[in-house]
Amino acid sequence: MSDQQPVSPAEAGLEVAATATVMPEDVRELEIIGVRHGAFSAQDGGDTSGFGGLVAPIVMPGPTERPYGEWFDAAADEIELALADRGLPMSSAVEKVVVDRDELTFVVRREHLLPFVQVLRDEPALRFEMCMGVNGVHYPSDQGRELHAVYPFLSVTHNRRLRVEVTCPDGDAHIPSIVSVYPANDWHERETYDFFGIVFDGHPALTRIEMPDDWPGHPQRKDYPLGGIPVEYKGAEVPPPDQRRAYT
Amino acid sequence: MSTDQSFVHQGVTDEGVVYEGELPPEDPYALSYETGQGTVYTVSGGDWDSISTPDEGERERIVVNMGPQHPSTHGVLRLILELEGETVVDTRCGIGYLHTGIEKNMEFRSWTQGVTFVTRMDYLSPFFNETAYCLGVEKLLGVTDQIPERASTIRVLMMELNRVSSHLVALATGGMELGALTAMTFGFRERELILDIFEMVTGLRMNSAFVRPGGVAQDITDDQVARIRETLPLLRKRMKDTADLLVDNAIWMGRTVGVGYLDLAGCMALGVTGPILRSTGLPHDLRKSQPYCGYEDYEFDIPTQDTCDAYGRFLIRVAEMQESLKIVEQALDRLRPGPVMIEDKKIAWPARLSIGGDGQGNSPEHIKEIMSQSMEALIHHFKLVTEGFTVPTGQVYSAIESPRGELGVHIVSDGGTRPYRVHYRDPSFNNLQATAAMSNGSMISDVIAAVASIDPVMGGVDR
Repeated sequence: MSDQQPVSPAEAGLEVAATATVMPEDVRELEIIGVRHGAFSAQDGGDTSGFGGLVAPIVMPGPTERPYGEWFDAAADEIELALADRGLPMSSAVEKVVVDRDELTFVVRREHLLPFVQVLRDEPALRFEMCMGVNGVHYPSDQGRELHAVYPFLSVTHNRRLRVEVTCPDGDAHIPSIVSVYPANDWHERETYDFFGIVFDGHPALTRIEMPDDWPGHPQRKDYPLGGIPVEYKGAEVPPPDQRRAYT
Repeated sequence: MSTDQSFVHQGVTDEGVVYEGELPPEDPYALSYETGQGTVYTVSGGDWDSISTPDEGERERIVVNMGPQHPSTHGVLRLILELEGETVVDTRCGIGYLHTGIEKNMEFRSWTQGVTFVTRMDYLSPFFNETAYCLGVEKLLGVTDQIPERASTIRVLMMELNRVSSHLVALATGGMELGALTAMTFGFRERELILDIFEMVTGLRMNSAFVRPGGVAQDITDDQVARIRETLPLLRKRMKDTADLLVDNAIWMGRTVGVGYLDLAGCMALGVTGPILRSTGLPHDLRKSQPYCGYEDYEFDIPTQDTCDAYGRFLIRVAEMQESLKIVEQALDRLRPGPVMIEDKKIAWPARLSIGGDGQGNSPEHIKEIMSQSMEALIHHFKLVTEGFTVPTGQVYSAIESPRGELGVHIVSDGGTRPYRVHYRDPSFNNLQATAAMSNGSMISDVIAAVASIDPVMGGVDR
């Protein structure tokens, strides 16, 4: 999990060649967000369970090919047409489409996020009137795209939901702000900046919102320690939650 | 009192002598006059109309910090008000005073333990937090269809009772903040009836951690169903009393009608949901539009108003409580004997709770089974309680209609026994953004009414 050293898919001995023909390089990297070693998080050789040598990649749901099913195809067509009207091909704006657990996700390249959400809001056939905020997710092992911003959208008119996901590298943590299109995201983007350090360019006042203004670091990142003190129980000492041995 | 009147004071001295006379007009707000007992000072307030109409260009703008320890800001909310006289020019909210890092903590506990954390977020609607989280985890597990009907019915039952108790607090604290203290005592008294039910069913008044991934922690007994049925008429009657106290109350209407105005376009732009959105006339309710837990099988209405103001939201909350009680009755009728936890033994919490001489704990039968009859049962119990279950990789967004609007949970799993990331889109957090739109240009006192009509719960805002 989070405390694993970043290991590339090749190091983990994964059969990546089989999928390489159908998916471009960057897509394949996104799916594997890390590699899990052993059955416990013990790094000190204390794992005597026999599972210590276990190496398992953590693979997120991959891209979906058409047909997506339900209303998803029609919506994707509408988005493609509307983007084309604005001179933006779908293939350059959208990295991939993921349909998982009946939920539709567009992974959008960050430079094209603003026109994309503008289309979502304004097209009569789409009409995603509400953006339900933004949430950051930190994948430290997903090199080049460590930080993800996830936007859930709701269309009251059509009673539909979809999700937009945008990634950015840790070294250049910038994503355009969509507050100009969805004012509701004002506080949500401040929160994501506060907790993950993603800078939303164009936000009217990107300041911390939950943590104090002078707080160092961004607490929800995986490299930020949980903190805590050991608990003494009947003479024995129980380490704080982030230092306990855990099943992963 | 205004400055152009002569200052005639009428009053009664300690000796009971009626005093009347011309008073010197030096300081109209700190009068003094001589009595047999000595000099008596009368300090009174002024009328802003008469003293604070500065000429154009002479407006003085001051910034007033209201909160986070102010009793009228609905919790530890800090309002930074820019004022000209008593007119609010700009409003900003300062939040974060109740941030407890729940989302971070959850990443270090098992999926089931997460329930214990989320129930503490919006502390007035714990069952909604729990249910939204559990629905998300179940969706990730792909077991949504396998949740027993009785468990879903109990969830609906508890959520709707919770909606009533939450709206009662909204009325109670809202009333208190506007000076209607009887509404406060009534609201909290009625809420106690519901908290008694919670305590009876779950063992705790608040923060129950009752709804678990796969079902609920414990079955509800026939005695408890009967007790809930007995409580409902009393609750109905008392809720009517509280409503009667305020619905046609001239003072209450004077404080809330036309106050905190936010129309449909404003709600859409600011992502505002719940009673605020319904006060614009849009009957948007996730229980109807995207049903979960079997809400499609219940008969209830979605109350709306078209006033877009604090009074409309108040009326909606009053009506919603009645609708919720209707759902509670239907849920009680729909309770059929059956399991309350998923069949899958790899997910189902192994405990079989019962009440013993020393309080609530595992039932003697279950202890007997795992300790002396079935080694496998013991292993399963141990593994599930210490390690928990794993959840396949992926992410979901599960949303339910909480008393304050859309409560959304974004859950990411990396295939482990702990959540990789859990994020709550709390309606209070989002709706508080509307404070400025509702109160700019109004009086300070209207800010209080506007915030009260948003009904933010800071535990949910800050998490």
